[in-house]
Amino acid sequence: MEMKLTRLSLADTGETAQMSVRAVVVAQLNQIAQEQDKRLAPLVDDLALLDSGLDSLCFAIIVARLEDQLGIDPFSSAEDAGFPVTLGEFIRFYENAR
Amino acid sequence: MHGDSISLWNATIAAGNLARRFLAGDSAAVTLSDLAEGSCLGGRAEELRGRSVLIAATDQFPAALALLELDGIARRVVLCPADLPLDHLPFVIASVPVDAIVSDGTTLGADFPCVGPYVTCSPKIAPASIDRNAPSSTEWILLTSGTTGRPKLVAHTLSSLAGAIEGGDSSGAPRVWSTFYDIRRYGGLQIFLRAMLTGGSLVLSSARESTADFLTRAGAHRVSHISGTPSHWRRALMSPAADSIQPRYVRLSGEIADQAILDNLQSFYPQAKVSHAFASTEAGVAFDVNDGLAGFPSSLIGQVGAVEMQVKDGSLRIRSSRTATDYLGCQAGLLKDTQGFVDTGDMLELCGDRYYFAGRRDGVINVGGQKVHPEEVEAVINRHPHVLMSLVRPRKNPLMGALVVADVVLAKDCAATGNETRGMEHEILQLCRLALPRYKVPAAVKFVSDLAVAASGKIVRGHA
Repeated sequence: MEMKLTRLSLADTGETAQMSVRAVVVAQLNQIAQEQDKRLAPLVDDLALLDSGLDSLCFAIIVARLEDQLGIDPFSSAEDAGFPVTLGEFIRFYENAR
Repeated sequence: MHGDSISLWNATIAAGNLARRFLAGDSAAVTLSDLAEGSCLGGRAEELRGRSVLIAATDQFPAALALLELDGIARRVVLCPADLPLDHLPFVIASVPVDAIVSDGTTLGADFPCVGPYVTCSPKIAPASIDRNAPSSTEWILLTSGTTGRPKLVAHTLSSLAGAIEGGDSSGAPRVWSTFYDIRRYGGLQIFLRAMLTGGSLVLSSARESTADFLTRAGAHRVSHISGTPSHWRRALMSPAADSIQPRYVRLSGEIADQAILDNLQSFYPQAKVSHAFASTEAGVAFDVNDGLAGFPSSLIGQVGAVEMQVKDGSLRIRSSRTATDYLGCQAGLLKDTQGFVDTGDMLELCGDRYYFAGRRDGVINVGGQKVHPEEVEAVINRHPHVLMSLVRPRKNPLMGALVVADVVLAKDCAATGNETRGMEHEILQLCRLALPRYKVPAAVKFVSDLAVAASGKIVRGHA
């Protein structure tokens, strides 16, 4: 899969880093799993989000944090796009919104 | 009531010692004996007899003088806090209805449209004799901010307002009262009346003054008894002038007093009795809590006495002679239920043998169908030793409807940056995770330098 590189501003650390949307999403999934004490399934593209080990509260927090980090919330802005079912779709959802 | 009513001024005289008692604003002061032989209204009180008088002054000082002069003479006094938007005045005037205005000459000009006389109140006392015989019972109209923006007009009498005030203090050092509140709001009015009716003096706050300047002035007047909201007190403890007062009595009301602010005040003012009270403009003063603990003993609910309290649908209901009489104006709604209970809208949670205030019914944040009171989360965050104050608010979320997020002000000596902030955020969230269910734990913590506190002394909560 093609990795889309984006220049991101990480406001909370003051650093500016080159990080792909995919890497940002994966980092958030790992962090929330740790914070919420959830066991995360292996992160592959066809993993169904419902089977990821994270519940809807976890995803709600991820969406909020991704909005802070990437400056976008595709769930609120693109209503016709259909909800992502798998992790791959979830990542593309954010990539396409940029 | 009629015939044997006693006016505020006559009760103030009855408390004695007028020559040694004073009323001080930020730019003027009088001893109460000066008031016995003079008028702040240029001797025109008689023109206001039997009228419904709107008292609109920027400063509290001339307004306080006008209240002392007009109770027992006017039919109604309408207390306008300094921050009341002027475009609400026509509504207030029509609802009472007002037929006379007392103003400082600048807040409302003499050309302000109103039926009846316009009288200027001045901080300077002019020699005048006022007929204080046969006072009639004056109705006191307080304005509270309604949720729709228009104020609600709440009617009280001197006896309902003074119902919680116990007899004078004949022994011990003279009491000098003060309050962060504007005395034209219920919490401040309680302190004004307490000072006047129990033989004390009073130092008024001023909207022009910083917290530090006010505390310094209060210290210079040797204030011994002082009240404010928990937000006022958190501000005060932030101030370098917090140690300029040495109060014997510290009172909190108007917002939930959490354990952290009670403990902080007690350790900062070790000689003071720290007390928190439950009161609202509509429900009056319900009770004081003096054991240093947040919440109140569950045994207070259901007791028979001057104040009766119930918990119904989770909220505190109060019936007593201290509640307001009614709302004025049309479409104002009912103040009491059919049994005479006022629903405070303050939600309670029972824990062991104590009730704790969870928050306002209308302030609930809905996280995917589960309810969160911002105040209960704030109380947990405020337990962190470096947190001075916090505001928990909803953040819109496409998956859950809303999430809970927190704005946090750290104590002045630990303005953390970078990694320290990260550590602090982690500690705060750990505290929350230990004490709260997951959906109540803030999804984000933002460190801010200050939080807005409204003129009412309450933290400003945006509407969800």
